[in-house]
Amino acid sequence: MAPLKVLVGVKRVIDFAVKVRVAPGGHVVQEQGVKHSLNPFCEIALEEAVRMRERGEAAEVIAATVGSRQSQDALRTALALGADRAVLVELPGAGPEQGAGPGAGPGQGAGPPLVAAALAKLVEREKPQLVLLGKQAIDDDCNQTGQILAAILDWSQGTFLSRLELDPGSSSVRIQREVDGGLEQLRLQLPTVLTADLRLNQPRYATLPNIMKAKKKPLEVQPLEQLLGGPVPPPRLRVLRLEEPPVRQGAQRVESVPALLERLAALGRI
Amino acid sequence: MSLRRLLGLGRALGRRSCCSKSPLPPNFVEALKAVVGTSNVSTAMAVREQHGHDESMHVCAPPDAVVWPQAVGQVQELAALCYHYRVPMVPFGTGTGLEGGVNAVQGGVCFDLSHMNTIMELSVEDFSVSVEPGVTRKALNSYLRDTGLWFPVDPGADASLCGMAATGASGTNAVRYGTMRPNVLNLRVVLPDGRLLHTAGAGRQPRKRAAGYDLTSLFVGSEGTLGFLTLATLRLHPLPEASAATTTAFPTVQAAVDCTVQVLQAAVPVARIEFLDEVMAGACSRFSNMELPVAPTLLLELHGSRHGLAEQQQQTEEIVRLNGGSNLAWAEELEERERLWAMRHCAWYAALALRPGCQGYSTDVCVPISRLPDVVVETKRDLQDSGLTGPMVGHVGDGNFHCILVFNTQDKDEAQRVHAFTERLGRRALAAGGTCTGEHGVGLGKRALLLEELGQEGLDTLRSIKAALDPHNLMNPGKVL
Repeated sequence: MAPLKVLVGVKRVIDFAVKVRVAPGGHVVQEQGVKHSLNPFCEIALEEAVRMRERGEAAEVIAATVGSRQSQDALRTALALGADRAVLVELPGAGPEQGAGPGAGPGQGAGPPLVAAALAKLVEREKPQLVLLGKQAIDDDCNQTGQILAAILDWSQGTFLSRLELDPGSSSVRIQREVDGGLEQLRLQLPTVLTADLRLNQPRYATLPNIMKAKKKPLEVQPLEQLLGGPVPPPRLRVLRLEEPPVRQGAQRVESVPALLERLAALGRI
Repeated sequence: MSLRRLLGLGRALGRRSCCSKSPLPPNFVEALKAVVGTSNVSTAMAVREQHGHDESMHVCAPPDAVVWPQAVGQVQELAALCYHYRVPMVPFGTGTGLEGGVNAVQGGVCFDLSHMNTIMELSVEDFSVSVEPGVTRKALNSYLRDTGLWFPVDPGADASLCGMAATGASGTNAVRYGTMRPNVLNLRVVLPDGRLLHTAGAGRQPRKRAAGYDLTSLFVGSEGTLGFLTLATLRLHPLPEASAATTTAFPTVQAAVDCTVQVLQAAVPVARIEFLDEVMAGACSRFSNMELPVAPTLLLELHGSRHGLAEQQQQTEEIVRLNGGSNLAWAEELEERERLWAMRHCAWYAALALRPGCQGYSTDVCVPISRLPDVVVETKRDLQDSGLTGPMVGHVGDGNFHCILVFNTQDKDEAQRVHAFTERLGRRALAAGGTCTGEHGVGLGKRALLLEELGQEGLDTLRSIKAALDPHNLMNPGKVL
């Protein structure tokens, strides 16, 4: 089987270690001056694609994202982690700092239906045999983009991957998925859309020489309207209100079980 | 008594004995709450006990109160308050030390600095970053992961970096990247009376300096006895392009240690070289479900560029073969390497699992490399003669090894044999020109050996410095000196 062309979808999100705060107004979270990085599941997807290329199973790894101009840092990181080239599908209008842009999903990005539509157009253009995504983004937890994309393309899909193997000589992949009941083994015909789960691999760290080299790799910027070949559809979701969880009240200690029952009764709980 | 303390009298005249304690002055806790807020002060017994011990087996000594300052200004105010009332102060990071460094043997106030957790002043071009005490080494490396840089000092535990600076920590990577001391460029210290000191000057991080006495180096390893380390400016290193790790088993302890010495003398820039004796290898293997042969073992890791790495691998293989080591199977993927090192880092727990219900005590001697083979072999013989369970694990690249003594503290005879063994080991290391503590610090347990190691003049000089910076002996009293 000839080495594959692999498209990896990635997303720039607030770093997992940051304490996220709701911005004044109650519609969006604070993003100014807050550390952002590649979504962890996207990193895992990218790592899998890069390992395939290192094993000779893939010929080219293209990293793509749908977002504002700032998403370029995420793509530079993807290039430093081993992608060969990158494509930014740029959202029109204001960046996330100024509030939700058109096509806003429940987070502050484009939302799965729009991202899937954009990736589908890229697939038409680039003709990869394999699309790899993270299973979900850690800001919106949607877990939808891969599935919607597979439906648009009418391709097979394998989600929550914990193992991926190319069937030598034939045009299929063997995967293992983590599902509620345990582990599921499937064989899928190429082309296919796969989404990566936590245990698929442990992503490498970017090294200085690779960060340097990444600056020279091609990074293309494509306005979303141009890619879709028409106006960007209006947002399907509107955020009504965003709240932080209520501040925890101090616990109360009681000395005995009867005292506990008394207290619960007084609170009207029993 | 409390009146004398309120008026600030009496302390300057005499030193408290090691384990005397005075209750907190009246209304003191209210004064603490006025600085940091009620929710950031606790006198609950459970909280105090939690802050009165670390991972060692030194008996828990809870402080009288625990405070959580949110910013350096609050640390200063609290310190000034404690200083005024002559209340002892104990800094607390993650509580992962191994020498009882946080045990409040004279009571007082424990300053839990974990809420101060900002990472600031990251400069990728200058390879430096500043961190507050709440930042642990894994948190920092996670933060740095897109930059191509890392902070390599790795003592095993996910410790506070300022805590690591306070204990002069080291770890598996020290043989190549150094211990904390060369990797701390500047410290923002709150002195016992509340004054703020920047050991290399405020906002400076030159890679080298010759300006005045090296205060940074003085505070590194001071174990909380000279001041609070509230910000550490650290030297970062480039992540290696390629890494490979392996284990190899040897017929004898001598062969394994000889191999280490030869690898170093061949100037192979090995990143990690760790020794496990056969007891430790067996314990780790069982604990982490890996299949290591039960034999003296070396764990090695090499870092370099792709070509450089291949060269290093070749050189290492030759030396290992010469010493009768088993075939090397290099692990290059991150998952495999992590599994290997996780197994090594669980050594403490693997040792304890050998005799469930017992306590553990780790020795920490460090000797010149040339003396390592005979010190290790003699120690092993002593262990066997004393009938003790003491698997050995060590950063042999630095000449530093640990015997993890697992024993029943209730069995007086065994406890006595352990005590005698550790004294002999300490003295054996000192006689070989080494130190009684390579990386864990002096803490509570090694003060007597410190005198033997430094001599009277050395100890007197330390005492002069301590008296100059902390005349009332309020900073972590009962430790080091």
